[in-house]
Amino acid sequence: MGLNPRGKLLLSLTTLLALLSVLGFMTLNVQSEWTFIVQYRGSRLLGMLLVAVTMGLATVVFQTITHNRILTPSLMGFDVLYVLVHALALLLWGTEFGASWPLELRFVFEVAVMVAIALLLFRWLFSDSVRGLHMLILLGMVGGLLFHELADLSLRVFDPSEFSIAQGSRLANFNRINLQLLWVGLAGVVLCGAVLFRLRRQLNVLSLGRDVAINLGVPYSKTVTLLMLVICVLVSISTALVGPMLFFGLLAANLAYWLTGSHQHRWTLPASVLAGVVCLVGGQVLFEHLLNTSLPLAMVIELCGGVLFIALLLRGVKQ
Amino acid sequence: MVVIASKSTQTRMLYWLLSLFLLVFVLSIVSLNVGASRMNLLHLFTQPDDRITQLLFVSRWPRTLALILAGASLAVAGLLLQMMARNRLVEPSMVGTVDAAALGVLLCTIIAPSMALWMKFSVVTVFAALGTVLFLAILKRIPLRSALIVPLVGLVLAGVMYAASSLLAHQFELTQALRSWNSGDFSAILRGRYELLWVAAGITVLAMLLADRFTVIGMGKDFATNVGVNYSALLTLGVLLVSMIVASVMVTAGALPFIGLIVPNLIRLITGDNVRRAIPLVALAGSALMLTADLLGRVLIHPYEIPSANILAIAGSVVFIVILLRGRRQWA
Amino acid sequence: MIETRGLSKKYQDRLVVDDVSVKISKGGLTSIIGPNGAGKSTLLSMISRLTSMSAGSAEIDGLDVTRTPGPELAKRLSILRQHNESTLRLTVRDLVAFGRFPHSAGRLTDQDQQHIDEAIHYLALDEYQHRHLDELSGGQRQRAYVAMVMCQDTDYVLLDEPLNNIDMHHAVGMMQLLRRAADEKGKTIVVVLHDINFASCYSDHIIAMCAGKLAYQGTSEQIIRSEVLSDIYQIPMQVHELAGQRICVYFR
Repeated sequence: MGLNPRGKLLLSLTTLLALLSVLGFMTLNVQSEWTFIVQYRGSRLLGMLLVAVTMGLATVVFQTITHNRILTPSLMGFDVLYVLVHALALLLWGTEFGASWPLELRFVFEVAVMVAIALLLFRWLFSDSVRGLHMLILLGMVGGLLFHELADLSLRVFDPSEFSIAQGSRLANFNRINLQLLWVGLAGVVLCGAVLFRLRRQLNVLSLGRDVAINLGVPYSKTVTLLMLVICVLVSISTALVGPMLFFGLLAANLAYWLTGSHQHRWTLPASVLAGVVCLVGGQVLFEHLLNTSLPLAMVIELCGGVLFIALLLRGVKQ
Repeated sequence: MVVIASKSTQTRMLYWLLSLFLLVFVLSIVSLNVGASRMNLLHLFTQPDDRITQLLFVSRWPRTLALILAGASLAVAGLLLQMMARNRLVEPSMVGTVDAAALGVLLCTIIAPSMALWMKFSVVTVFAALGTVLFLAILKRIPLRSALIVPLVGLVLAGVMYAASSLLAHQFELTQALRSWNSGDFSAILRGRYELLWVAAGITVLAMLLADRFTVIGMGKDFATNVGVNYSALLTLGVLLVSMIVASVMVTAGALPFIGLIVPNLIRLITGDNVRRAIPLVALAGSALMLTADLLGRVLIHPYEIPSANILAIAGSVVFIVILLRGRRQWA
Repeated sequence: MIETRGLSKKYQDRLVVDDVSVKISKGGLTSIIGPNGAGKSTLLSMISRLTSMSAGSAEIDGLDVTRTPGPELAKRLSILRQHNESTLRLTVRDLVAFGRFPHSAGRLTDQDQQHIDEAIHYLALDEYQHRHLDELSGGQRQRAYVAMVMCQDTDYVLLDEPLNNIDMHHAVGMMQLLRRAADEKGKTIVVVLHDINFASCYSDHIIAMCAGKLAYQGTSEQIIRSEVLSDIYQIPMQVHELAGQRICVYFR
């Protein structure tokens, strides 16, 4: 079952745009030495590619499992989870034992702990019912709010005279990523992508609903748990390296459905990645070199994703 | 439409009404006494000194009054919203109303920083109303497979509006201001700066008069039409009432989250979903909660203050999580 | 043969299915009947491993349903429940094609295409096969799902109230189709039915449930009797012979 002509055309165009964006990002307006450019822009580019791949894939799979096109896994509060895990891990790195660990291992450890906690919560709440996931997201959102407020409170209590409300809202930042870690992260992401691609046929069946999927022989519980594991790993890596992006996945996933006009994961998974690349990298090229504005891209993308979300809801989301 | 309650229910209601009234009274006295400067209420009688009386009348009394009015009206706004959304896990700060209002305040500050208070109030009301209408419009269009979808959609909607405000604030370098509006507190309340809240109080009274109709709304469109209530008209009115309350509190003190969630859910344990019985209790309990939060804020790191919004947010999110987890079996 | 031993399902403190032991032999059409809340759907759902069991076991041709791997079981047993996704942007043909998943894991061979054609034809969906599911009426969608189950080509076909939301014309068509599947293709069809007369006219065997327990089990002639049915449904029922069918009358 291939794509219809419209889908083929749009997907090809998107691929082309994605390639052009990457090229443009690396080559436009080069004003310094090449080695510097490659390192500086290269690391930013890798960061963006990482976000595009993780959020695109994770959101499409998540929406298949939840039969819902308005939810994304990044709503589950991974940014808060990361801050907590990272803070606790810092204690470990302070000890003699922990200090001997190389940077990459530390990163893998932090991601692993994040994934473990997320999965535990998921197992606890997910009783083979999609409503468990709704609950998980709600808890994540409100839990995140509680966490931020408690952080504010403790800051005020411990240092009331110095308290400045200049707490940056932690939005994704592509400028200060450790290149070493980026490669580790990307490797993990590629691995997850491979797993998803292998499971793509099961994913197609899952979209028919739990009962039909079990009827057709898909080991539902195991498959969904595995998929949630992959989703958690993807989103954790992205959050740990680059920061949280809430609505970007929504944007990428829905663009993918629109571009391909299909439900089949062998098209929607790559399409969401490509659409994400165009939005992030292409958007950055647009803002930085063509429009020359100082608008923060991450914020604008979040807003676009959010507006798309509202538009989808108003149109009447069918699933 | 008057429903005669049984004698025992009536006495129980009366008991609660009196207890809450007493609680609000006591908390108000305490609120009048507590503050950055040492001042005892008795001074008013023993030494009607100019300076101290001024302090009382210009700062503490208006502040206490503002707390009572804001708490009561926000709690009632939450109740109304829950009836309109037919879901007990929503309140104005969780569905986009408050964030839309903040956007309105931001735009007013950008476009006309010296706008008259009444003008500002009207503009912010319009924004709050649009936000609420958007939420309700979305609710109509999504298949409500579980009761949890409603607060979920509301929270995400609020997040989107917040993203819009943040972007705008970033461009006009008003990020700090936006953050302070989103973290409401009463430390800047003075006589002459809080009168807008009387509007909110008036609306609360109006809501009490229309209470039965709102109970009917809470049962759905078909039920309402069958009973002879004009569903759309009442819904529009409800949106307006909620928006005006939110706008008046926003313009006066800032965003105060979760009151509209905690209070109606607690009072519901006593009165059930009967709006007419619930409103007086909800209003009083709302005032009590607001007074308590503000007192805690003033007392915890005396003489510095913690904004009430911070305390309310912490209490509110804990309550919300507890409600979610306790009702786990019924959502699934 | 489908065999259950002491099958029970408990939801919190409610016993929805209470110690049910039945044997459904291979071949023919068996109906499960009983009043609302009797546990019929839950029973079917446990046999087809869609719902976990609180106690007891179920076996299909000697295979334990909870221990046999999904793909293996899916080639022998298929189940269709009442509520299915109606808003998918899939064509009828695409949906029916999913029925081949247990056999070919998504890669469709020519033989698979033949099965799909047959199933579509069997359910008289030929002219709709390229329409999308969300464009069809409730009854047509129901038929599409049944076509998918037929395409799965299993020995045992379990259907939970397949006649709900279908008009008379199509309901009769559906029952005739199920009957043909049992007679011509040797399938064992188990249906949960609400309408006692459809059960009477088309079943070989009937299982009657009441308040979670197995009330009666036997051939059509044994169960479709006034005293038996009145006991099950708790209203006076009369059984009349009309044109070679046993028809139940209980309306007044």
